[in-house]
Amino acid sequence: MTSATVAAETRRAVRRRPLRVPRIALHGFLAVTALVWLAPVLWAVYTSFRPYADTAKHGYVSLPHAFGFANYRHAWTQGEIPKHFWNSMIVTIPAIVLILLFAASVAFVVSRFSFWFNVPLLIFFMAANLLPQQVIITPLYELYLRLPLPGWLSDTGLFYDSYLGLIAINVAFQTGFCTFVLSNYMKTIPKSLGEAARVDGAGVVRQFFGIILPLCKPAFAALATLEFTWIYNDFLWAVVLMSSGDKRPITSSLTNLSGLYFTDNNLISAAAVLVALPTLLVFAGLQRQFISGLTLGATKE
Amino acid sequence: MAIDVAARAGAGGVRRPRRRAVRLSAGDRVAIAVMVVVPLLVVGGLIWFPTVASILLSFTNWDGIGGVTTAHWIGAENYRQIATIYPPFWPAVKHNLIWLGFLTFVATPFGLFLAYQLDKRIRGTRLYQSIFFLPVVLSFAIIGFIVQLVYSPTQGLVNNIIGDPARGGHVIDWLGDPSLNLWAVLVLVGWRHAGYIMVLYLAGLKALDPSLREAAAIDGAGEWHAFRTVVFPALRPINIVIVVVTVIEALRAFDIVYIVNRGRNGLELLSVLVTDNIIGEASRIGYGSAIAVILIVISIVPIVVFVWNSFQERQT
Repeated sequence: MTSATVAAETRRAVRRRPLRVPRIALHGFLAVTALVWLAPVLWAVYTSFRPYADTAKHGYVSLPHAFGFANYRHAWTQGEIPKHFWNSMIVTIPAIVLILLFAASVAFVVSRFSFWFNVPLLIFFMAANLLPQQVIITPLYELYLRLPLPGWLSDTGLFYDSYLGLIAINVAFQTGFCTFVLSNYMKTIPKSLGEAARVDGAGVVRQFFGIILPLCKPAFAALATLEFTWIYNDFLWAVVLMSSGDKRPITSSLTNLSGLYFTDNNLISAAAVLVALPTLLVFAGLQRQFISGLTLGATKE
Repeated sequence: MAIDVAARAGAGGVRRPRRRAVRLSAGDRVAIAVMVVVPLLVVGGLIWFPTVASILLSFTNWDGIGGVTTAHWIGAENYRQIATIYPPFWPAVKHNLIWLGFLTFVATPFGLFLAYQLDKRIRGTRLYQSIFFLPVVLSFAIIGFIVQLVYSPTQGLVNNIIGDPARGGHVIDWLGDPSLNLWAVLVLVGWRHAGYIMVLYLAGLKALDPSLREAAAIDGAGEWHAFRTVVFPALRPINIVIVVVTVIEALRAFDIVYIVNRGRNGLELLSVLVTDNIIGEASRIGYGSAIAVILIVISIVPIVVFVWNSFQERQT
């Protein structure tokens, strides 16, 4: 192609889309920003694969002379990662089930019936989710130290330092958000569906489990993804309400890790990547559900 | 679109006879009562009861040892002491305000900017969206670790880029210097917040009338004007949500500074002061509660705005 034809081509392109330069600038800007955006995570991943000796000798910003999973092996055993993963699951999964059950029940009542208390009830639940956690933490801590639990549920005999206590506070804190989202969602289900069932003699319970819940599956998928990430990522509840380090969920057990590895950034990176792995899997596989859960709460889609 | 369905269902409901006319059987009444009362007790007992208790305890000198009956009513004494002789209080207020200001004037507008650009029909928009969204799934605790990796004086990414600390010379201690560490942390807080805001605004932009978006989506000089006068005002409902989210995020900030240095030496926040009074060395329930009440008073504003806004929409 001669320079003349290039120029002509460019001119034609310019005529077709009058402002080409801003587009290119925009792409340039987005590409650079994206690289900067990924840098902290890529840095952590890169560091995590390099042995400490290698980085100590050649510096952290250098080409690797050795590469391997040694840091991961150390983090896995020294940080007792499997145990803390398991603790996270013991808390997160029952909490999600209870949150969705409670939220769906309340949402069902306020969206399918016209009781006088519908609006106050929704406010009661919604506002509870918006409070900063520290607003309640002091009395909650004292309450947990005094609330008894049967021994088979808690080896301390208290809500304090028990899995059930952690599940309970996560459920109480998160139910409001899901109630809000689900009540908006259920309002879009035609009322005629419930009425037809009532004519057939179905009671409230059967309408709830048989008709409404199955129709809410997409919303449940979105909320479950979101709540999994939030509860898994929660840090404060267990730091305050759990004294035994070995019972803490993984995110809260990070406080131990930082003392353990002190100056070994390679080991810290490996531990951070391991702990972030479940949420990174959510990012990779369930991004659509996560985002639709977030936006269901913000817009009325 | 789902929004239209909701609007129509609402409109249909108004015309129909009042639903209370439907007779509920005794069994149905019991079922409804259980469905409402059980969640009500859990949320009431674990959220609202402690909230009220925080307010009451803030006027007492209770130390948490012994029963609540040992507490004495001391009026506003805790508040007076916090404001006058509690050294970390005013720095914490200042840091929370800087936090809020940074999120409001830097991170949130940047998230909106990203959303607006990515909403144009642009090649690779999905990939860009995914990348900017990535930090949103990470916990603040993990981001606290990433902060350490990025800012570590000799091993960190930043110092290794701006100069080689291994060769000696002046090393900037980003996290140890109390005039720098808040800003260093805020960069990564904004990193996550901008992605969060971008996702919310993208949903808001998608819900706009397409012709409105296309009119404004022309690159160039008139773009800023079109955005300011047409698109941004049309985003009003989502703008309110964004403001609420931003304020609440700023008040909730805790995990990241706690991981970095337990919220000391330039990283004090109100949330840290509350927590310090239970798990820190000083156990003063009244103090902690009084700071919590200050958080309640501030957070009531966004909560009322949010609740009012969502029910306002419901009526229309």
